Amino acid sequence: MTTISMTVNGKAVSGEVEGRTLLSSFLREGLGLRGTHIGCETTQCGACAVHLDGQLVKSCSVLAMDAAGASVTSIEGMANGDGSLSVIQAAFQEHHGLQCGFCTPGMVMATAALLKVNAKPTETEVRHYLEGNMCRCTGYHNIVKAVMAASGQDVSAIAAE
Amino acid sequence: MHNFEFVKPSTVADAVKAMAGSGAQALSGGQTLLPTMKARLAAPAVLVSLTGVAEMKGVCMGDDGLSVGAATTHATVAAEARKSFAGLANLANGIGDPAVRNRGTIGGSLANNDPAACYPSAVLAAGATVHTNMRKIAADDYFQGMFTTALKEGEIITSVTFPVPHKSAYVKFNQPASRFALTGVFVAKFANGVRVAVTGASNNGVFRWKEAEAALSANFAAGAVAGLVVSPKDMINDLHGTAAYRANLVKVLTKRAVDAAS
Repeated sequence: MTTISMTVNGKAVSGEVEGRTLLSSFLREGLGLRGTHIGCETTQCGACAVHLDGQLVKSCSVLAMDAAGASVTSIEGMANGDGSLSVIQAAFQEHHGLQCGFCTPGMVMATAALLKVNAKPTETEVRHYLEGNMCRCTGYHNIVKAVMAASGQDVSAIAAE
Repeated sequence: MHNFEFVKPSTVADAVKAMAGSGAQALSGGQTLLPTMKARLAAPAVLVSLTGVAEMKGVCMGDDGLSVGAATTHATVAAEARKSFAGLANLANGIGDPAVRNRGTIGGSLANNDPAACYPSAVLAAGATVHTNMRKIAADDYFQGMFTTALKEGEIITSVTFPVPHKSAYVKFNQPASRFALTGVFVAKFANGVRVAVTGASNNGVFRWKEAEAALSANFAAGAVAGLVVSPKDMINDLHGTAAYRANLVKVLTKRAVDAAS
């Protein structure tokens, strides 16, 4: 076992890991941050998405040791400082962008990454960007609507199906 | 996943030293290797991460063309090659999904040489040069069949240099579930001729479609390949597409790539 340190949601953390420990496992089991969900663990579903040094990554496909020294943001770091929902989270709630909620942490992290590089994405751009995030409730229409709303765009014309 | 010793050198020299150990395997973005290890299809004793080697990252234009560091992510290539080599940038921007593109690297893709990977087609069509810690390898010599390359034990790709075509485009037909290229074609038009490389189709991995190259060198128009026939012999035949279907896709996608070339 090796001790690694990194910054998670603005706090300095450290813990013991093996070579094979995934970043997702370190967050969940090492730090108790279970908001990062593990769906497929094969780099497909995106439920485990976090930001690694500001970049969207699938944390099940990054070794914890490879992330040593980095700055990680997980879903637990997405609410406002006073604990209220962030604009993106509130939009998901408002527009029913979650059903069972399993994919939601990854969807929120992907949305935040998208809006950082494209403040007003088109519906097509949103769908393209979320290609690596699966919702097995198939609630995509409302997820897309929530993302568009979070970017401050009028979503009244987008069908809710 | 079986456990391993993890090392993270910060220079190519240190990475080469680490790779000399028994059972050592280079790890780049890990978007293929880590899932492979989870499935226990690979179990290296030592994993040498290349993500901390700064000299292997970045995109820059030089006298020989566009040089891309082997540890450069698809997302970085998509952004930084946009103006100089749009065909390559578009290819990079279509690999996997945004999270995968933030980790996966060109060097990892080329070292693995998956028969359905996108990058090998650009490297072969552009006639790029693969630089390693030992030597320079011409694209025509580098790819040696499915998951097989000219790389020797312990050899690390450090960068790839692309001659920039006048016009180029990559068009793939996505396998709908995996988003790998069911078949993909990269067309590159240079002053002295056209090169066409096909991925995802042949049992022998990426290959050049020389008949199309001759036809397009004479007349760079989609119609120029209309009369050509692609043999289904040696094409991949699986539940996602028959050999005949892939052979047809080669022609269809070549036409689309010619139309899209800019």
